[in-house]
Amino acid sequence: MADRKRVLVMGNHAVVEGAIYAGLNFYAGYPITPSTEVAEGCARELPKIGGRFIQMEDEIGSIAAVVGSSVAGAKSMTATSGPGYSLMLENIGYAYMTEVPLVVCNVQRGGPSTGLPTKVSQADTMQAKWGPHGDYTAIAVAPSTIEDTVTETIRAFNLAERFRTPVTILLDEVIAHSRAIINLPEPGEIDIYNRVKPTCSPEEFIPFEMTENLVSAMPAYGEGYRYVVTGLTHDPMGFTTNKPSEIFPKLDKLRNKIMNYREETVKIRTEQMEDAEIAFVAYGSVSRAALQAVDLARKAGVKVGMVQLYTIWPFPEKQVKELCANCRKVIVGELNMGQIVHEVRRVLPGDIEIHTLQRYDGEILTPLQLLEKLEEVL
Amino acid sequence: MGALLDKIEIPSDRFELRLSGSGGQGMILASVILSEAIGASDQRNVTQTQSYGPEARGGASKSDVVISPNEIYYPKAMQLDMLLAMTQESLDSYFPNLKEGGTLVVDTTLVTEFPTDNYYGLPFTQLAREDAGHIMVANVIALAAIAQLTGIVSREALTNAVLKRAPRGTEEKNKKAIDIGFTEAAKLKKG
Repeated sequence: MADRKRVLVMGNHAVVEGAIYAGLNFYAGYPITPSTEVAEGCARELPKIGGRFIQMEDEIGSIAAVVGSSVAGAKSMTATSGPGYSLMLENIGYAYMTEVPLVVCNVQRGGPSTGLPTKVSQADTMQAKWGPHGDYTAIAVAPSTIEDTVTETIRAFNLAERFRTPVTILLDEVIAHSRAIINLPEPGEIDIYNRVKPTCSPEEFIPFEMTENLVSAMPAYGEGYRYVVTGLTHDPMGFTTNKPSEIFPKLDKLRNKIMNYREETVKIRTEQMEDAEIAFVAYGSVSRAALQAVDLARKAGVKVGMVQLYTIWPFPEKQVKELCANCRKVIVGELNMGQIVHEVRRVLPGDIEIHTLQRYDGEILTPLQLLEKLEEVL
Repeated sequence: MGALLDKIEIPSDRFELRLSGSGGQGMILASVILSEAIGASDQRNVTQTQSYGPEARGGASKSDVVISPNEIYYPKAMQLDMLLAMTQESLDSYFPNLKEGGTLVVDTTLVTEFPTDNYYGLPFTQLAREDAGHIMVANVIALAAIAQLTGIVSREALTNAVLKRAPRGTEEKNKKAIDIGFTEAAKLKKG
């Protein structure tokens, strides 16, 4: 990867570029369309930098290896699509509970089940929040261009390391399989966050210590700090507990370590929202169509803007509320039967009309469809 | 109704191409080569998108390339400035997306029915098999013809991009394919 200026990069390879920039040194996965090029890219690039790539027997083995390698100190990732993501959920839940930083890239295709391998979808939006069972707080990001697939992947790793938690990259097939001429970030251009390591002696080490920001220091296995990792609810020493007085704080920790600092997770792009009377709310590839629709409608004299969510979870409710406060109407476009729209509806006051535009036939929403909807609600 | 949509104009700073055919004809690879040629030779922005079926060969395959000096918002084509159709099926499917006055380029080896008289026809598959020495370079002949007809990329930039992607041992065949594409397209333009 010598050339970093004006290179043609595919969305899935942009994930690889971003991940390696962020310090990825372990990848385990099982190839699945439309995510396979992420695995191919990691298989090609990781050995060059002393990293490891393993093709596992299936997606369950893949995520298990990713969890294990992260506990052993690696920056780890896997990539998959709907059917594989569903198989991974149990161990992603394990990573929430054991507070293991890792990144899962879900290149969304049509579902349910094996669905549409080569077709686009955004129907895993809610799964990225509520996939595994139990209570926890999820972080998920949604890139929309090749360039921001690189930067959002870096951000996913930084958030995973910062909060000691799994982070999902919700890519979709259109971005994954498109290419664009981009400039890759130069070394040092973007800050990289690494997990905090313990400074105390192994004897004094408390593996799930309630620190001020609720994120505990994380040594690598083999560095001399011995501790238990279990999916059972555990006390600060990592041992299984059934005591309400310890269960409450553990679950609060999983939520509050993120929610108390949720502003750090938020990323939004706005377009022409200053005087907008109508706003598109979009994420992923749909935001590209919305951006085009805003540009075309503005030239035709309509006061319309766009709020693009890069951070899907936690849902940036304060920002969406503030940005849409002066709008009369909001149009939520999604490649599913309506998922993020429920969040938009939840946070916006009742006097703002909310309209939906949903496509789930394996094709992307086009600027023309968004403009037709805009015309209908004007 | 219709008032807003009537006022909408697709921005003219975008040049939109679609390369279409059947899976295995190398349409996606051709679009990648074209994008790389532009990326390496000038400062325009390029997005390339593709759509294909679950089959390794056969099935409809298409790839859009959008070229603009400005930020490209929507990465797929909205109104084609140029359509390459390598099969009858792709011509029938995508001709309606070609804008009025847009350039239509057709492989006359495989296409027999034309929805318009206003097209550039060359037997790309036949030229590849008989003149260039391998059917696999039909896509490169087509690319060269498109470059000649539209001027979207220079011959030098295209040649460099093709050779960068060409498997070892196929360089001469590919150079010959470029030559055939440029030469044959130039004849059409004069005629």
